Amino acid sequence: MRFADVMQFASASLRGSRTRTLLMMLAMSIGVASVVVLTALGEGARRYVINQFSSLGSNLVIVFPGRTETAGIGPGMLLGQIPRELSLDDAQALLRSPAVSRLAPLTVGSSQISQGALNREVVVLGSTAELLEVRHMQLGQGQFLPRGDLHNSESVCVLGAKIRQTLFGSQNAVGSWVRLGDRRFRVIGVMAAQGESMGFNTDEIVIVPVAAAHMLFNTSGLFRILVEARHRDLVEAAKRDVESIIVQRHHGERDVTVITQDAVLATFDRILTALTMAVGGIAAISLAVAGVLIMNVMLIAVSQRVKEIGLLKALGAPAVQIRKLFFAEAILLSGMGCLLGLALGYAGSILIGQLYPSLPVSPPWWAVLAAFGTALGTGILFSVWPARRAARLDAVTALAGR
Amino acid sequence: MIALSHITRSFQVGDQQVTALRDINLDIGAGDYVSIMGPSGSGKSTLLNLIGLLDRPTSGIYRLDGGDVTTLDDAQQAKVRSEKIGFVFQSFHLVPRLTAAQNIELPMMLAGIAPHERRQRVAKLLDNYGLAERADHRPDQLSGGQRQRVAIARATSMQPAVLLADEPTGNLDQSTGKEVMNLLEQLVEQNVTLILVTHDPVIGSRALRQLQMVDGQIVSQSEREE
Ligand SMILES: Nc1ncnc2c1ncn2[C@@H]1O[C@H](COP(=O)(O)OP(=O)(O)OP(=O)(O)O)[C@@H](O)[C@H]1O
Ligand SMILES: [Mg+2]
Repeated sequence: MRFADVMQFASASLRGSRTRTLLMMLAMSIGVASVVVLTALGEGARRYVINQFSSLGSNLVIVFPGRTETAGIGPGMLLGQIPRELSLDDAQALLRSPAVSRLAPLTVGSSQISQGALNREVVVLGSTAELLEVRHMQLGQGQFLPRGDLHNSESVCVLGAKIRQTLFGSQNAVGSWVRLGDRRFRVIGVMAAQGESMGFNTDEIVIVPVAAAHMLFNTSGLFRILVEARHRDLVEAAKRDVESIIVQRHHGERDVTVITQDAVLATFDRILTALTMAVGGIAAISLAVAGVLIMNVMLIAVSQRVKEIGLLKALGAPAVQIRKLFFAEAILLSGMGCLLGLALGYAGSILIGQLYPSLPVSPPWWAVLAAFGTALGTGILFSVWPARRAARLDAVTALAGR
Repeated sequence: MIALSHITRSFQVGDQQVTALRDINLDIGAGDYVSIMGPSGSGKSTLLNLIGLLDRPTSGIYRLDGGDVTTLDDAQQAKVRSEKIGFVFQSFHLVPRLTAAQNIELPMMLAGIAPHERRQRVAKLLDNYGLAERADHRPDQLSGGQRQRVAIARATSMQPAVLLADEPTGNLDQSTGKEVMNLLEQLVEQNVTLILVTHDPVIGSRALRQLQMVDGQIVSQSEREE
């Protein structure tokens, strides 16, 4: 029997019992669609996190004071010393590493900002000109912090978009003066509106030179040093260099924590991929259920069509042929259910993407393949028994309808 | 061409042994026209199914065209059925969802004959059996006589050497039955071997060779006197 004839015969017999066929396809397609939608959501969450991380900057090594690892308790700690703070000179020293391309030291504090009669509480970020590139930020107007000496405490500031709006409204902010705490700062630039990124809203901050921030808050320590490695492959080297330089400068004391963006990202990536797979796996159970339904339907089909099977045998169809016909039916059934499910799943993902535009929902290719494979697989697997049963029917009894 | 020797067929029903055929010896030549008659339960259908390779004997040897066919496996027997044997049943056995033309095409489709050749043969058969107008009708849109004509067209579509008909007129009125018999007898003229099971003595007596079965045995044979 020709392949085209097998398919045609099978599809004609599926059309023969329309309601049953549609219900089966629905069961199968709901299974496939739920795999697609759920994994799309998981994948969306994963990509969201990755996007957030890459908006932070690329090839980043982040240094912060204090040792968070529980493993090593240094002698300094036993003596009750507080960990040495990270100084601007520490930051400067890190540039000695050939793996480091640039860095931005960070101090953070909060202060009152006022312009004329208007005032409000703001987060003040002390940093350097490099912050703009290291942190992938966008400047809206004017200039960013001046380049040059780290210790330059010039009284200039760059406003977040929202702060500018509250203090200046429609007026031009660049070149005006604002008061931060007890010092006056000249506004030299305004950040472009960026919104939230990694829980930090750059629209609502004021950026000043790091030395000016130290004077403002009367401190000398750094909150973070953001170090950018020259190349993706040099991130680990940069991390090692940073550690050894700091240890050297802190008299052999390893009192900083250095993390790489990649390491954090990889952890998130692993967790979210596992989550996506778990969710997809749970959805795949519904596919197995659909498979059992298909088996049931095929068994009913076999018992309803006993006479037809007997006839086919009388007309010269060997058992193999009968099996093939029922297989083809099951494959067509699950295949069409699959396609319908994929369409539903993609439509669902697009809909979710439209409802939550910030979530980059899109079903991962492996999930789509897996859903398709599982659906077809269960369809075939669960039709083995009915098909064999049909093929094994005794022709004479089958023809008699017994 | 058909040679049965010492054919026995018994069925196990519960713990009882039912013997449907006892030591049947029968030779049927090419182009023979044989009718089998006898009371209900005498084993007529069982014998016909055996000849049609739908059933296997419990013991004995069945030679078709000189070769032992009892030892063939399922696929080989199916091939023999496809190429050499046609069936006509009392209850027609048409596939309800297929049209008359598709029903006639079925054996050729199973045999893997090319679609264009199938179409030609189907058109010719529809024409021969006066079904040209009914080609696209489904069985439930046809009369009993028309259904049996579709079934005969189907049985002959592979040009079999042997045609086995189990009470082909059993579900038809007398005149329609006669029509169907004429069609079958035309095939005999084309040198097809026709084996016919019937309860109707009038129909049975039309055959050249008449077998009487009782209780699983052929009790008498007679030739039609011209
Ligand atoms: N599958 C079977 N299982 C058990 N017994 C069977 C089976 N098929 C046939 N028989 C028995 O074999 C005997 C012959 O049956 P068969 O159908 O050949 O009779 P028949 O001559 O065709 O009768 P009828 O004229 O009623 O069609 C009967 O006694 C029947 O009960
Ligand atoms: Mg019978």
